Amino acid sequence: MTRKVTQSGYEITSNSEPAEFVTGSNYAPAQTYLSVPAIVVSMQIQRRRVLAGLGTGVAVGLAGCTGALGGEDDDAAEISGETLTLTTTTSTYDTGLLDELNAPFQDRYGVTVDTVAQGTGAALETARNGDADVVMVHARSLEDEFLEDGYGVNRRDLMFNDFVVVGEPDDPAGVSGGDDVVSAFAEIAAAEATFVSRGDDSGTHTKEREIWDEAGLEPEERGEYQEAGDGMGEVLVRTDQGGGYTLADRGTYLSMQGEIDLEIHVQGPIEDGPDLLANPYGIVAVNPAVHDNVTYDLAMAYIGFLTGLEGHDVIQGYTVEGEQLFFPEAVAEDPNFQQYVPADWKPEEG
Amino acid sequence: MILEIVPLTPSLLEFPFEWHYVRSIIYVSLYVSLVAVALSTLFSLPVAMLVGFSEFRGKQLVTAVINTGMGLPSVVVGLAVLFTVSNQGPLGSFDLVFTTEAMIMSQFVLAAPVITGVSLAAVGSVEGGVRDAAYAMGGTRLDVALVTIKEARYGIATAVLAGFGRAISEVGSVLIVGGNIAGPDGTSKTRTLTTAIQLEARQGRFETAMLLGAVLLALVLLVNGILVRLGSGSGTGGVR
Repeated sequence: MTRKVTQSGYEITSNSEPAEFVTGSNYAPAQTYLSVPAIVVSMQIQRRRVLAGLGTGVAVGLAGCTGALGGEDDDAAEISGETLTLTTTTSTYDTGLLDELNAPFQDRYGVTVDTVAQGTGAALETARNGDADVVMVHARSLEDEFLEDGYGVNRRDLMFNDFVVVGEPDDPAGVSGGDDVVSAFAEIAAAEATFVSRGDDSGTHTKEREIWDEAGLEPEERGEYQEAGDGMGEVLVRTDQGGGYTLADRGTYLSMQGEIDLEIHVQGPIEDGPDLLANPYGIVAVNPAVHDNVTYDLAMAYIGFLTGLEGHDVIQGYTVEGEQLFFPEAVAEDPNFQQYVPADWKPEEG
Repeated sequence: MILEIVPLTPSLLEFPFEWHYVRSIIYVSLYVSLVAVALSTLFSLPVAMLVGFSEFRGKQLVTAVINTGMGLPSVVVGLAVLFTVSNQGPLGSFDLVFTTEAMIMSQFVLAAPVITGVSLAAVGSVEGGVRDAAYAMGGTRLDVALVTIKEARYGIATAVLAGFGRAISEVGSVLIVGGNIAGPDGTSKTRTLTTAIQLEARQGRFETAMLLGAVLLALVLLVNGILVRLGSGSGTGGVR
């Protein structure tokens, strides 16, 4: 059979699929002779498709866009060695999740992911300046602004966890066990207990201000309100050492449980707390029409990887001390069109 | 003028050992700081000689400006360099954000005033007689400069060490322009000892932070030893 294939002018060499075919052919009756070229042709077409896919399609196809890699049918080396810059929040980085996600992505694409951990505000600002290719943050209002200003395209919901109100174990303001975070904040203020705020325009800080607003309070004027201007980990350490309360994302809190003595006083929605404490993470590519230097195709490949089945499994399986930190929500049968556009977007406005 | 970072043979060290990580951030720290200090020295010594040897109106003011530069807040320098190298900035097309090159730029700006200022003081304290003698013996301007450098070598060595100390211990600007990037396998791209310490402290791992601090101190001690030896060794080599 192998010989017949050669006679018919089709060469099978570099790809691996024919091995199975040839092995099987040892037992194939002579009558199949005529059909062989057809099969081989179809295989060749398939192979070309695979090669083309390696060159451009894998990266670009996910984006539904074309051509950014020069449109050549080259092999996979085309994108390997390139760098993708991701700006993200300290909460995703400090939990160690990103290392778990980036390692298989780097293995598959040969692309280095440079992860810069900043607050949500800073991460988006870096992207606005065209210094990042893709952004992963957790403040929908700021993401929407980013989209509306034209800096971001193709936003996806990625995963979620929740915020929790943590504080020193003896709970001086007596907020523990409540499931109303707004009144818990009011009690903390009334008890004049220390509250350590991120104070850095991050996603957590944005959520915190939202809750103070709901409570109708202006915490900035109070002496016991401290603006740290730092990352989540640092604020937890500071609260642990100086006493008081803070709002933390569950992921960072869990990943640091070994280092600090703080306890959860108000649970988020994962443990049946109020929905106000939901903490959804989104991922969005920087618009190549605004910043032509960004590696948009790689950004879309990265978004595709994270929102695909493999990313889903990594996020789902990532635990610290036996607890799952993030819950993937990108892979879903039901359509969720709202994730692609600003939350309150209507066609007539656009 | 600036070399590419040589990746640290990850093929042999596939397992992400802690020491691989530490070695890699030490490498980035040393690379960035040493290159920045070398460039600063090349820039600062001629400036110090020029200002030190000549008399002109406003010399006091220039000296004051240089000495003020020693107190530049590193975060401000980091932001200024970030604006310069950012995609929107004047050097945007070179794609320098979050690279060691950008870190070298900001450390250059931080170290140069220190090296210039201290060298200036050292050069100024060389007795006029020494220079006059060099002139009298038929020396060119270059000869006189070399004689002065030789006379002031301890002061200049101190200047370079102070500049190095400023560069390697600085965290604000390298964090902003470098981004504290390390790969999933623990290979540092722009993570230095100082930003790694900051990261450990942020996560409440104070022991490892202190450990890295000790590594940083040991490193500074080592570099000091080497530079002092170079400065005083043969007595003719001078400080480079």
